[in-house]
Amino acid sequence: MESGLLLPDVEDPDAAPFWAGTARGELLVQACGKCGAWRMPPRPMCPACRSLESTWIATSGRGTVWSFVVPHPPLLPAYAELAPYNAIVVALEEDPTIRFVGNLVTSPEGPINEVDPASIEIGEPVRVVFAPVEDVHLPRWVRA
Amino acid sequence: MAGPITDKTAIVGIGQTAFGKGLPDSELSLACQAISLAIDDAGLSPGDVDGLAMFSMEEGREVDVARSVGLGDISFFSEIGYGGGAGCGVVGHAAMAVATGQCQVAVGWRARKRAAKTSRPWAQVSRRITGHWQWSRPWGVVRPVDEIAMLTRRYMHEYGATRDHLANVALAARKHANRNPAATMYEKPLTREQYMEGRWISEPLCLYDNCLETDGALAVVVTSAERALDLPHPPAYIHSFAQGLPRQHQTMTNYFCEDPLRGPAWACADALWRTADFGPADVKVAQLYDAFSPLIVLSLEGYGFCERGEGGPFTDDGNIEWPDGRLPVNTSGAGMSEAYVHGFNLVLEGTRQMRGTSTSPVDGADTCLVTSGEGVPTSALLLRK
Repeated sequence: MESGLLLPDVEDPDAAPFWAGTARGELLVQACGKCGAWRMPPRPMCPACRSLESTWIATSGRGTVWSFVVPHPPLLPAYAELAPYNAIVVALEEDPTIRFVGNLVTSPEGPINEVDPASIEIGEPVRVVFAPVEDVHLPRWVRA
Repeated sequence: MAGPITDKTAIVGIGQTAFGKGLPDSELSLACQAISLAIDDAGLSPGDVDGLAMFSMEEGREVDVARSVGLGDISFFSEIGYGGGAGCGVVGHAAMAVATGQCQVAVGWRARKRAAKTSRPWAQVSRRITGHWQWSRPWGVVRPVDEIAMLTRRYMHEYGATRDHLANVALAARKHANRNPAATMYEKPLTREQYMEGRWISEPLCLYDNCLETDGALAVVVTSAERALDLPHPPAYIHSFAQGLPRQHQTMTNYFCEDPLRGPAWACADALWRTADFGPADVKVAQLYDAFSPLIVLSLEGYGFCERGEGGPFTDDGNIEWPDGRLPVNTSGAGMSEAYVHGFNLVLEGTRQMRGTSTSPVDGADTCLVTSGEGVPTSALLLRK
């Protein structure tokens, strides 16, 4: 069933391994195959050493809320139906400069408008869950 | 220290259409009207124009404009990307082209219709996303306001800025617009109470933290400082110009670097002040890009009017209001209350401040900073009398 959400092209050449990881229940970060520096979002060349080699590292899937917003309409229909909902940025525990946009939910398949926005706090600990939407597994976050 | 283009060129002509919603004319027609008015204002003829600079988002192309307005043989044409970041870049590229002899008379412009396909890209995004938007849009960070609200919330958390600071920005713009008959909000005052009761768009940003959506077009004519002296209006000299794309920057969703709140303004400002004979303390009026109110707060810091984290309090006590503020900001009402034409109206208001024809003229202002979009690869100009 079509969700109406804006979904990634899981065959995007730079990002395909990330989306393959979420389908397996793993939150991966791209790392340089030569110098080991982590980078997010993924890209073809390492900005630290210019190597084209890269690997993907499984992370803890734990982090803290770096910031959040609560969008209200006008929005695209699928998002307007859920508004007001939350969207958050999470800073990864291993390296807080590696960040992911997500939503705070109460369960992997829970709606993105279930958590009271007034209860969300910058700095609160969260852990990743994976929400199946069409053929994509979107990382979302629950309170840790 | 003077750079190779310092004071070599000037804005000598300005033109703008009426601002509105649902104007019947096409973007190309609006562009041609604004350019035509600017050429007349400069006391020049279409055949004198041999250089063009425009936003890459412009719907009308160079060939369409040149054929409609009847321009001469064009020897320089340039397009600047990143939407609201482009405005001062358009003028700066025109200035560089004139200063280096690539052309003699250059025109820069922006025409925009709110209902046009190109003006609300977020509402037409295709459902399968590639590139960097795939790291934000799937989770509902869909519109520019959501993207900037995310940075704003973090900024408020780190520095203690408040909604009252953001209201200061919205109210200053509205007060200035209430003095400008060409402004969309000319006859519509705004109170702090109205601001606080405004509906949410993307918390922590409300309706009044957002710019207007406007149909309209504006254009400028740039030529050499020597030639400017023979033309009808006092020249607004282009003293310094820079673009800014900081290392590891991601346009709009700048969440993926070490210091997301140090945006393009900082990189742009470094290059801008490097070739200026004066500094922020000498600037008495500024036109700062304001698609969203927090961008003013960030720009005040980035361009060096205060330290990091002090942009909020800088807006207190009428400090950014005409006539008595330390730095009157956006004296035409700008994007929030005059018109949102991707910030190109800021360039024209800066020019009017140098000519002395602003509806809120700042006493003793012999220089003006004009900036383009913060949060995207950007550009800025220092104008002087």
